[in-house]
Amino acid sequence: MTTHPAPPAPPVQTPSGRRRNSRIGRVLGYLATAVASVAVLLPFYWMVVSSLKTDNEVFTLPVRWLPSAAQWHHYADIWTRSDLTTWLGNTVLLSVAVTVLQVLTGSFAAYGFSKIRFPGRDALFLTYVATLAVPWQSYMIPQFVLLSKMHLSDTLWSIIAIQAFGALGVFLMRQFYESIPDELVDAARIDGMSEYGIYRRIMLPLSTPALASLALLTLVNTWNDFLGPLLYLRSSNLWTIQLGLRTFISQYSAEYALIMTGSVLSVLPIVVIFLLGQRYFVEGVATTGLKG
Amino acid sequence: MTAPGSAPARRRVGRNTLLGWSFLLPNFLGFAVLTMAPVALLFYYAFTTWDIFGGAEWSGLDNARQMIHDSTFWNAVRNTLYYTVFHIPLTLVVSLGLAVLLNKRLRAVAFFRTVAFFPYIASIVAVAQVWNMLFSPGYGPVDALLRAVGVDHPPGWTTSADWSMPAVILVGTWREMGYFMLIFLAGLQTVPAQLYEAARVDGANAWQRLWAVTLPGLRPTTFFVIVMLTINSFKVLDLILVMTNGGPGQSTLVLAQYVYRKGFEENQFGYASAVSVVLFLLCLLVTMAQFAVNRRREA
Repeated sequence: MTTHPAPPAPPVQTPSGRRRNSRIGRVLGYLATAVASVAVLLPFYWMVVSSLKTDNEVFTLPVRWLPSAAQWHHYADIWTRSDLTTWLGNTVLLSVAVTVLQVLTGSFAAYGFSKIRFPGRDALFLTYVATLAVPWQSYMIPQFVLLSKMHLSDTLWSIIAIQAFGALGVFLMRQFYESIPDELVDAARIDGMSEYGIYRRIMLPLSTPALASLALLTLVNTWNDFLGPLLYLRSSNLWTIQLGLRTFISQYSAEYALIMTGSVLSVLPIVVIFLLGQRYFVEGVATTGLKG
Repeated sequence: MTAPGSAPARRRVGRNTLLGWSFLLPNFLGFAVLTMAPVALLFYYAFTTWDIFGGAEWSGLDNARQMIHDSTFWNAVRNTLYYTVFHIPLTLVVSLGLAVLLNKRLRAVAFFRTVAFFPYIASIVAVAQVWNMLFSPGYGPVDALLRAVGVDHPPGWTTSADWSMPAVILVGTWREMGYFMLIFLAGLQTVPAQLYEAARVDGANAWQRLWAVTLPGLRPTTFFVIVMLTINSFKVLDLILVMTNGGPGQSTLVLAQYVYRKGFEENQFGYASAVSVVLFLLCLLVTMAQFAVNRRREA
């Protein structure tokens, strides 16, 4: 707002009327927030509470919203009753490897797309962008055939391969680099810095927020990916948490409490990571508007 | 300044091309082999039949002919459209409504903006399992709630052929509404405050301001959201696989799942590719429509 000397307010618009309006707005806002929060959180609450109940207690009528005695031992039992350690180990390994590769190759390529001018560059970038609209589901068959021929199916490499070189990273990083003025890069060139030096010592440090966004998005995507591992990882020692949990659910279908314990443990790390890096995550989602 | 086409200029272009590609290459190699090549191969495989030894043999339009007479394929198309037609408006209205109501500086709103993302980032396997339990007929909390408000015979949800798709749609909406609410909230920040002020001076009430200022101001955002929702609906797969696996019967079998079935359960990679092409073309159509509309808007 600019600070013009305010003309005397027209007497028609009663301030009390507007205040009443805004109070109704606030109440409505609170009400909507409360209803929406319950709708969003209730399934998560139910998941946690059920993990602390006995199996018989999970489904009772009327619904019990608290366990009669919290069965904390489920959180110890699940490690011996399932291969959770293996699944988590594979998932962490894949998430870290994919994230590192995606961030490195994505930001590297984005520098070429944004700061170096050469023929064919823009057409190629358009190809990258176009594939963002192509759902993976529509080319998963030929991709699988291809990777099988390269003898990569049923290895962890397959997941790294299909996740690490997506167009998302290039797109997100290029959007950010476009906001960095070319003059800055030109000045460094005049000072005799090589292109790799500019990327390494100017662009990377300047783009930490974008790198954080990309890293978080990739990490969450890889951790939660269910379809990739479902298609590629047949041997049980390669399973990720999603695939393992899925099998556990079908094998122990009546052990509701333990199933919910596994579910809580599969969601918890991501929720923690999200809460820590929420700002970057939301920014990344807002600039790309795309995921999965 | 050297003239374009002169030797030094050409040398500079050559040097830049080399430099540029050295930056692209690590990513481009992976991208070309794992995305571009599969997309290209898709259009070859769609015209082939696979023998048991895993060899592709050209079969022309056989797959297309088979598809036309394949009632399961058409059922999958119908179910995909069923999901699309309900999932889009439902998610649109809920996320837009939440964004309009929550476009305020309240502490509770900040809390909700965080929480709204949880369904979106939580693993689909865990989420689907929880909802299946919530929906369990007779004993589940959803049915208990329905009985409490006077519904004597609540639906069987995922165990009933009539109600499994609505159950999947509800969970799909629950999962995506927070994400699209955030996009709408970002869009709301671009609606100029003076317009609201002007509408207020003209005596417009909150409802009229919504229709006259907010919704027209949000038109580009809304369009973007509809495009995203359409593509998301066409390609829905993981939610279906873990929640209903297409059942009961074929009541929730969708296009992407039919691709999965034909390809990975029956090893008919040729036919599965032909079905994939349909999925691909559907999404291409949506994207082209988006381009056309955007261009008209810019013109």
